[in-house]
Amino acid sequence: MKIIKKAMIGAAAMAMLFGISGCGDNNSGQTVSTDGSTSMESVIGFLSEAYQEKTGIKVTYNPTGSGSGIQAVQENRCDIGLSSRDLKDEEKEKLNGTVIAYDGIAVIVNPENPVEDMSVEQIAQIYTGEIDNWQEVGGEDSPIVCIGREAASGTRDGFESVTGTADKCKYAQELTSTGDVIQTVASNPNAIGYASLASVGDSVKTVSVNSVTPSEETILSGDYSVQRGFFLVTSKDRNLSEQAQNFYDFCISNEADDLIRKAGAVPIEK
Amino acid sequence: MITIFLIISGIPAIKEIGLTEFLLETEWIPTTGSPKFGIMPFILTSLYGTFGAILLGVPLGILCAVFLTKIAGKRIGGVVSGAVDLMAGIPSVVYGLVGMIVIVPTVREIFGLPDGANLFSAIIVLAVMILPSVISVSETALNAVPKEFEEASLALGATKTETIFKVSVPAAKSGILAAVVLGVGRAIGEAMAVMMVSGNVANMPKIFGSVRFLTTAVASEMSYSSGLHNKALFSIALVLFIFIMAINLMLNIVIKREKK
Repeated sequence: MKIIKKAMIGAAAMAMLFGISGCGDNNSGQTVSTDGSTSMESVIGFLSEAYQEKTGIKVTYNPTGSGSGIQAVQENRCDIGLSSRDLKDEEKEKLNGTVIAYDGIAVIVNPENPVEDMSVEQIAQIYTGEIDNWQEVGGEDSPIVCIGREAASGTRDGFESVTGTADKCKYAQELTSTGDVIQTVASNPNAIGYASLASVGDSVKTVSVNSVTPSEETILSGDYSVQRGFFLVTSKDRNLSEQAQNFYDFCISNEADDLIRKAGAVPIEK
Repeated sequence: MITIFLIISGIPAIKEIGLTEFLLETEWIPTTGSPKFGIMPFILTSLYGTFGAILLGVPLGILCAVFLTKIAGKRIGGVVSGAVDLMAGIPSVVYGLVGMIVIVPTVREIFGLPDGANLFSAIIVLAVMILPSVISVSETALNAVPKEFEEASLALGATKTETIFKVSVPAAKSGILAAVVLGVGRAIGEAMAVMMVSGNVANMPKIFGSVRFLTTAVASEMSYSSGLHNKALFSIALVLFIFIMAINLMLNIVIKREKK
């Protein structure tokens, strides 16, 4: 009896397996895996959704941070790495980075905070600890809490290189994702943070920098200085699979422009 | 297997950095041009955090166990024990999330701090997390105390409270000690929940300062580390492993003594 039961279960399992691979269109089962920057979540979300609608190929996204994404491509754990910082020289030996969009790094504060505008110098001074009270930049008399990202974050890299504060920042918290930063700033009236403009919602207030409000025009013209590119990272040693190459081409095509805009980032000029 | 793996992968970095520097240096700056790998801040944070959690969690846990075994009736006891068991089953991320959204802002407001993500919040979260194991182990120990002890005490004219704290608890001493050691083990090994409430900056520990634990250092940096930094994280794991082995050893000794 037992053996018969086992055989039946086995047969059922086999049938299910074949059933799954048998039906559906030709492309099901094929996926393109991406891994990396948490800032690129909305951009990749829009792109992969449109791509899946168009071709039926699924694009997976693993939000781990730029440094992890670059590492993942090197270790062959994903097809395309996502990075919100340019590759370092030693990484360029083995990897290719292609910019698909530009994104402003929004300097965000709690909505209760009256501060509307800061200069790049002021921001740098706040993050290096020279300014530690909101009063000095036109706010209330309360201490400033600097929220930042982990050391391998592309956003942190972009922010620190624009403000000239690399390795000098005194953080109160180092968080591991864009969403964490926004959540923390939204819940603490003393906090200041930085996050991808594409991801910032209504829960926090974006301050203008040097009197320039971040927007598509100001980012493209370079007036808004706190910005960086979004990169697709691929390995030089191995070729992309056919579907990954297709997705890659789709991301840099004109078709992607509107989607990138919808996601809150700025497409590159082609 | 794990032991061999950890030792093999943990030793090279310690050799390269130097054991004393690795353990005693107070700065951890792994990603700059001239990196420094000192894990003293992590070790101290983990020890302080664990100690704090024990200080808060153990008395509460023991009193809770006393209440459940000696005072509460069957119905209340049943409900509360069920709740305690449920607490043990809650994933640590959930504790972290609750800590992040409830405890961190509350700590900030109560103590008038600029930021609530600090060692103190982590201690509170850890204390809550060790409660279930402390309660259930001490409960078992208290239940194992022979009824005759208590009856004799009561017959000699001691009140119920006196009986509980002067007879039952001392009789269950080694079991309760085991509960404490188990709590220490749980607290020192916890990563996810404390990562979400402690601020995660590699400072020397201050009660109201942002800190990073041994566990969170490994968890948050492993994904992007490379080279010596990566190896150093394995060494941190090795240090943590040694801590936990020491705790287990203590637990074994305590249990053996109980058997005698």
